[in-house]
Amino acid sequence: MVEFAGWDMPLHYGSQIEEHHSVRSAAGMFDVSHMTVLDLEGMGARGFLRHLLANDIEKLSDGQALYSCMLNERGGVVDDLIAYDLGDHRYRLVTNAGTRGKVVPWVRTQAAGFDVRVTERQDLGLIAVQGPKAVGSTPRLLPPLLREAAQRLPRFHAASDGNLLVARTGYTGEDGFEVMLPAEDCVPFWEELQQAGVRPVGLGARDTLRLEAGMNLYGADMDETTTPFQCGLGWTVAFEPKDRAFIGREKLESPETQAQTVIRVGLVLLGKGVLRAHQRVEAPGLGTGVITSGGFSPTLGVAIALARVPAGIGANADVEIRGKWQPARVVKPPFVRKGRNCISTIETPKRS
Amino acid sequence: MSNLPENLRYTSSHEWVQPLEDGTVRVGITDYAQHALGDMVYVELPDLGSSYPAQAECAVVESVKSASDLYCPLAGEVVEINEALNDAPELINQAPYGEGWIFRIRPDNPDDIEVVAEEEKE
Repeated sequence: MVEFAGWDMPLHYGSQIEEHHSVRSAAGMFDVSHMTVLDLEGMGARGFLRHLLANDIEKLSDGQALYSCMLNERGGVVDDLIAYDLGDHRYRLVTNAGTRGKVVPWVRTQAAGFDVRVTERQDLGLIAVQGPKAVGSTPRLLPPLLREAAQRLPRFHAASDGNLLVARTGYTGEDGFEVMLPAEDCVPFWEELQQAGVRPVGLGARDTLRLEAGMNLYGADMDETTTPFQCGLGWTVAFEPKDRAFIGREKLESPETQAQTVIRVGLVLLGKGVLRAHQRVEAPGLGTGVITSGGFSPTLGVAIALARVPAGIGANADVEIRGKWQPARVVKPPFVRKGRNCISTIETPKRS
Repeated sequence: MSNLPENLRYTSSHEWVQPLEDGTVRVGITDYAQHALGDMVYVELPDLGSSYPAQAECAVVESVKSASDLYCPLAGEVVEINEALNDAPELINQAPYGEGWIFRIRPDNPDDIEVVAEEEKE
């Protein structure tokens, strides 16, 4: 067990690597009840989210989910989140646990002047069920009203009923669901999933799975000093329509931000060893960058990392590991999606 | 551990030391240490033939979680390294006192072994 953002979290339930493989090949479940859940309700909720979020909620119709950053006026990332359109002027935001202390006041402050009520849902738990077999095992364990909806749910959509919400979203690069439910119902639901063959997975494998999927970790790969362009999230910023004045827009459109001198890339270590956060990266002829998160990829059998490097970096870089420079290949994340190697141009030694 | 070898001694940094009949000693990390570190993914072995003073950093074990230095429990020359760990670092998790041993040294002073405790500390 480890302390994480004020919560006691299991790092693993036995073996982190076996838990990782179970999500890639079968199904695993994560107790992610530490995530912050905010409900927004009111006639002004949509307008408020179009002001608060860098991505445009206007793209959403009832039941859809949207990944977005919220930015500060300097274009830095205050947090990343998933927004769900629950219909009837109601929205739900799921943000990080580690940022709760600043994000809840931030959202409330920004909401001033909008007809919107912000409620933190500490009464809800969140269980993610992920893996190729997750879609098969989860729906029949849901309450009857959500069961059929869950079976027909397209990717990045959600269905809700009262205090229950099931979404086809996740943080692993695998298919699956995230289920929000009253805290007191979490343990029975967890036990039923376990009986259905879904394996409990800890925080450790959650990190290696998201890293393989090329997904950022807030506080490591991005923070208030990085713009979405510097952490691989430029695609989540909606500049159209031009008259939508979201927080941070002006800074993102300024010439110095548009120049994009620093970008996010993936790295694959060519030799043995492990890439870790804070290791220095040398882009030949361009200067240095830094690994923002790294580790050993159980699926590929090699060390992988996300790094912030000078724009224009080529196919090769060197990483400083304990004083020695080791060659690495520069790739475009993700490394793994739906159990498949996405960087197949690189030969990876397969370990048992 | 069912196959705990005899004559083990332990450092405060969770290495174990096993004196062998030929006067050399085998070194590994304890079951407690491997469990605390988690699944091993890489081991940087010491250089064969090199000498280290006592308490020098001589190897690195990397788990999914972190990289940890291994300290040479007593001054000496590395006479054998466990090359099997290059391809199967998980041997440290599976058999920390057996196939997961890390290196063998010939102590500069055979009496140094006495300074390594006979009891494991946790």
